[in-house]
Amino acid sequence: MRNVFTIVRKELRAYFVSPIAYVVLTGFLLLGGWFFFNLLSRFNVLLSIYTQLQQGAEDQLNLNEFVIAPLMHNLSIVLVILVPMITMRAYAEEKKGGTYELLLTSPLRTGEIVLGKFLASFLFICIMLGLTGVYPAVLIAFGNPEIGVLLAGYLGLLLLATSFVAVGLLTSSFTENQIIAAVSGLVATLLLYIIGWPADTAGEVLGPLLRYLSVTEHFAEMVNGLIDTQDLVYFASLILLSLFLTQRSVESLRWR
Amino acid sequence: MIEVQNLTKRYGDLTAVSDISFQAESGQILGFLGPNGSGKTTTMRIITGFMPATAGTVKVAGFDIFDESFEARKRIGYLPESPPLYNDMTVTAYLRFVARIKGMARADIPDALDHVLARCGLTDVAYRVTGYLSKGYRQRVGLAQAIIHNPSVLILDEPTVGLDPQQIIGIRSLIKELAGEHTVILSTHILPEVAQVCEKVVIINAGKVVAEDMLANLAQDQTLEDVFLKAIAQEEPGAAETVEEAAE
Repeated sequence: MRNVFTIVRKELRAYFVSPIAYVVLTGFLLLGGWFFFNLLSRFNVLLSIYTQLQQGAEDQLNLNEFVIAPLMHNLSIVLVILVPMITMRAYAEEKKGGTYELLLTSPLRTGEIVLGKFLASFLFICIMLGLTGVYPAVLIAFGNPEIGVLLAGYLGLLLLATSFVAVGLLTSSFTENQIIAAVSGLVATLLLYIIGWPADTAGEVLGPLLRYLSVTEHFAEMVNGLIDTQDLVYFASLILLSLFLTQRSVESLRWR
Repeated sequence: MIEVQNLTKRYGDLTAVSDISFQAESGQILGFLGPNGSGKTTTMRIITGFMPATAGTVKVAGFDIFDESFEARKRIGYLPESPPLYNDMTVTAYLRFVARIKGMARADIPDALDHVLARCGLTDVAYRVTGYLSKGYRQRVGLAQAIIHNPSVLILDEPTVGLDPQQIIGIRSLIKELAGEHTVILSTHILPEVAQVCEKVVIINAGKVVAEDMLANLAQDQTLEDVFLKAIAQEEPGAAETVEEAAE
């Protein structure tokens, strides 16, 4: 475990001593703020229209459904693009810079390297999502969103981001070129995001399968406040499978 | 001690290293010579456990690098061709990181760090970011990371390439000091370096050992240049493959 923490510290340091962390965090919050501002002003306009039309109609509008849920869906799309850019350097940079030789000739187990890099990116994602907490905090201070639904949504967002991290690290472990790592990571995360689209017309067997494979399906359930074991299992499997394949990919260098 | 036995590495049809065997005794500095592209780096990467061999065994300090890789890797310090630096870390932070992944106890690290900074002449740049250091300093940081955990075996891949004459002298005397407590394999194609530093010489060409002896024996009545040129002239580059094809 000690080695895992050493790697985690080194990776987090790499994010925060370089401009990477600040650029990514600023960009993410900027986009998030823009979404939040727009959703909130739309909500305001809707609210005033509804109250003019009919007494008590504003009860049909709630913050969860009209602000928080769309905000989370928007953020999830940003994550599809941003996460592969966060993870692209993880292995590719080490291979290009020659430090991969240092890691692999040190008495480290492959699993420790893989786990360390994963945990570091996971913590980074936690910081990223944690900072978006200001938006719901504003809503809680001035309105009355349902906290339970909000938390379920955040859990969904975190699981979605963590899965993307695991997938992004996997693609990074295949190559020494950061652009290839980012592009293939983006293709993979985007594919996970849209794979459910043809589900309605794909037939009885393929349809449900595609729907099950889609991150969006499981994520949407959680944004609606529904934490189902099936969704948790889906995310856990995706994360563990990617980590396992990453471990194999790193280890493959040692195969005869 | 390092024992290399019948080592072969093939990349598809290309044989990079073919049936190499040699030994370095404890405390010895072994000069590993050969023209560019003769398989020096490949051999060193196999000895350090970075890549596996197609056939053959390597024992480092008594541990097989393939079967007991973990134990063997604990005892190796390795300076690859280009020093494996993280360009956004300071020298101290970098060396501390290396010390930890090499398995050093936390309590031993400060002393080892001071020792290695002084020994490699890095005290002045201890808090500089490695990415902004000159080539000579980068090479020295690379050497520092190889010796910080006091490994019994040191593998140095062309440690003096790209340095100015003064730095070369500095690094050479440092390597000489390391002999005795460490077994060193020093790869190079600079012959005077070998003559000054090494006790034993292995010359490889086109993936095969063409000479292996103590320096004193090899360079008895001729210069090392003559020995080297004669050794690599015995087999033309590409001859190794031709011979193998004929055998098949």
